[in-house]
Amino acid sequence: MILIVLAYLALVTFAVAVALRTLRIARMPVHLRWELYPVPHEPHAAHGGSVFEELNWWQVRPKPNRLGGLKVMAREVLLLQGVREHNRQLWLRSYPFHGGLYLLGALILLLGLDAVAAGIKWNLGTAVAAITTVVGVAGFALLGIGALGLLTRRLADSALRAHSAPADLFNLVCFLVVATLGLVSFTVVDHDFSHLRAFARALLHLNPVVLPTLVVAQIVTGLALLVYLPFSHMSHFFTKWFMYHSVRWDDQANRVGSRLEATIQRQLGERVTWAATHVGGGAGRNWVDVATAQVKK
Amino acid sequence: MTLAIPFAQVGKPSERLGRLEDRARIPLPPPYHDFEEPPLPALSPDIRARCECSLDDTVAVSTPRPATPDAEDAMVKGFLAGLDKLFSREDNWTFLEPLVLSMEHCTKCQTCATSCHIFEESGKNELYRPTFRSEILRRLYFKHRSGGSLLSRFQHGDIDINWTTIARLLELSYRCNLCRRCAQACPMGVDNGLVAREIRKLFSMELGIAPKEIHEKGSMLQLRAGSSTGMNPEAAHDNVAFIDEEMTEKTGIKVETKWDVAGADVLLMHNAGEMLSWPENPGAFALILEAAGISWTLSSELCGYDAVNYGLWYDDAQFARVVIKHAQIAKKLGVKKIVIGECGHAHKSMMVIADRILTGELNIPRESSLTLLAQIVDSGKLKLDPSRNDFPVTLHDPCNIVRLMGVVEPQRRVLRKIAPRFREMTPHGVHNYCCGGGSGFAIMSSHNFADWRMRVATRRKFRQILEAFQDDLDPARPKYVCAPCSNCKGAIRDILARYKAKEKVGIRYGGLVELIVNAMTDARPGFLSSDE
Repeated sequence: MILIVLAYLALVTFAVAVALRTLRIARMPVHLRWELYPVPHEPHAAHGGSVFEELNWWQVRPKPNRLGGLKVMAREVLLLQGVREHNRQLWLRSYPFHGGLYLLGALILLLGLDAVAAGIKWNLGTAVAAITTVVGVAGFALLGIGALGLLTRRLADSALRAHSAPADLFNLVCFLVVATLGLVSFTVVDHDFSHLRAFARALLHLNPVVLPTLVVAQIVTGLALLVYLPFSHMSHFFTKWFMYHSVRWDDQANRVGSRLEATIQRQLGERVTWAATHVGGGAGRNWVDVATAQVKK
Repeated sequence: MTLAIPFAQVGKPSERLGRLEDRARIPLPPPYHDFEEPPLPALSPDIRARCECSLDDTVAVSTPRPATPDAEDAMVKGFLAGLDKLFSREDNWTFLEPLVLSMEHCTKCQTCATSCHIFEESGKNELYRPTFRSEILRRLYFKHRSGGSLLSRFQHGDIDINWTTIARLLELSYRCNLCRRCAQACPMGVDNGLVAREIRKLFSMELGIAPKEIHEKGSMLQLRAGSSTGMNPEAAHDNVAFIDEEMTEKTGIKVETKWDVAGADVLLMHNAGEMLSWPENPGAFALILEAAGISWTLSSELCGYDAVNYGLWYDDAQFARVVIKHAQIAKKLGVKKIVIGECGHAHKSMMVIADRILTGELNIPRESSLTLLAQIVDSGKLKLDPSRNDFPVTLHDPCNIVRLMGVVEPQRRVLRKIAPRFREMTPHGVHNYCCGGGSGFAIMSSHNFADWRMRVATRRKFRQILEAFQDDLDPARPKYVCAPCSNCKGAIRDILARYKAKEKVGIRYGGLVELIVNAMTDARPGFLSSDE
């Protein structure tokens, strides 16, 4: 029962941490435009162009090419296109690492499906169990290979080593431990993931189950990593959305009378406390005061 | 390649944290493949004694050394106060979100490094690795925020918070052109260019420290005298009158620039540096707009005849002041739109960054001259003979106009029509390399900084230019680098002069409008004469 409670606590902590961090970013003030081309939803994205290429562009309201943005994101998520293009050596290690994580995500879904099916007495047959095993083993193996590759590279390359904080190495070791425990558990006690399936069923139906120590260790380390993720820079699995959509591709023009304009006007009323003499901040002055102050001749 | 620099070294006082090593660098293409680079002139002992220059072999900011330990402490305290403001909603709503995202999500994978022309052309000098300065700021920020807790040091690494670290960080923020090519390569979207800019901002807006060329003699001078060149409205009038005369004489077409025409369709704003350094550029603009029948004007209001906005590179308050002046002038004149001449940072300032500062009546439409020129050429209003430009032409893409605002095709559309031997650089478009003059480097020349710029920052552009003309290196046959940006032209001018590229390879440079005028059949042939 303790393991079930721990699992729910971990899941809730993960969800709350992700939600809070997402909210924190989403609630940040609108920033000045800082896009970087190509912006894939621009109609001229094929050559990296923008609406500024149009004469009297403010009279043009181009329909954003949502599909273009989705395609780039899909390539980025599924192929790690950016790393592949700019750092092939890293990609050779990072791709198995992320591929392993995706497969482990699929493993969790399959375990969930099995638990639901067991609850409604739906016989999934042997195929799903076989797929679960293949997906799980491949996931742990790829994650382990990738984590080991990334870790050795980080240790072997002097620049990467110099720039790494202890946590950067710790993070990779964590993944390596999770992957190793998964593979050892599979090899020694859980050849067909029946114990993991049993745990998933127990979790869904709140029905405690006795598991081998190795499987318990595997689950506990996996849960600990899950809790840790949103507090580390590995939170990029959800914050990357903001880095692309809210900065790199944010080319929303400020139109007169728009909501964006109202937001900007409100933010221009924020107090300025920068201390350099030429800024003239402090004494309750806001951005409008500072920006319209006359410079002494 | 130099050895990685441990972050523990950054705060340890020493004469220099690193050196520029010429032997590690990639040779240039022919005819400069065996060119013997003279050593970088050393900073004088006097400068070394007076200024903070413990980063490398040059100095950009010339910050005086604090005289006493107490003065050092005061500077550190000021920096930390500025650091708090940099991460506050009130003082930095302008860039808070992109900065926080970049601070919190770098995986330190170094994918960005090879995309940086400064890092590459310095022989992969660790000082100039794009993540180096960001990592210093990151460590300072997290350590300061957490009070130096063990958890923070574990998570983000450690660094000494002292004047040595801070003084080196200041100089480091001026070893980046802010071209953001590294951000384009980052799979996470981390923007080391933005981080460099925000470091500059902290120093300027909190401590009042910035290179004099971009602050005192730059944005302050512009706000006081009307132009960062120091040119007042009367001088601008005189210069333009002289340019009109020259253009008329040279082309045989009467050119008469109009000033302060209320209700004109177009308020044209040049980088005023053009009037002094490349007068044929504003002259060519005047001739083209007249020939195309455009209703246009220049403004003689203070700041109205100078589109530059150096605040873009280092200071939000200075940026906003200049851009508001520009918008107020356009509003007062009642023009339909502002068209920005061939100046990259003025493009980005007015069209992109100012977009979320100018509201209501000040939100005057702003357009790139490249777009307007493409439309004029497409319209057939000018009679053009491309055979007049029958020499190799290559195009430099100013980062601010291309990668940072997506104006890629209009200038190419024009060149395809008027320059039969146009060839691209590699890479080009949004993947271009900076000219090395970006973010103020082109105008910063204190001590040996201009020399450093040419041997490191501009070297990649020179390499690209040479590669574009490798099919014909004969100096007797002229070649033309079209660089539609004043700062880029300044950097290219300097590098071509340094290597005597005109004499050795026949390489000239200039803007886009000069090429258009050179192709105009109504104008006398030879506008771009070979001796220019």
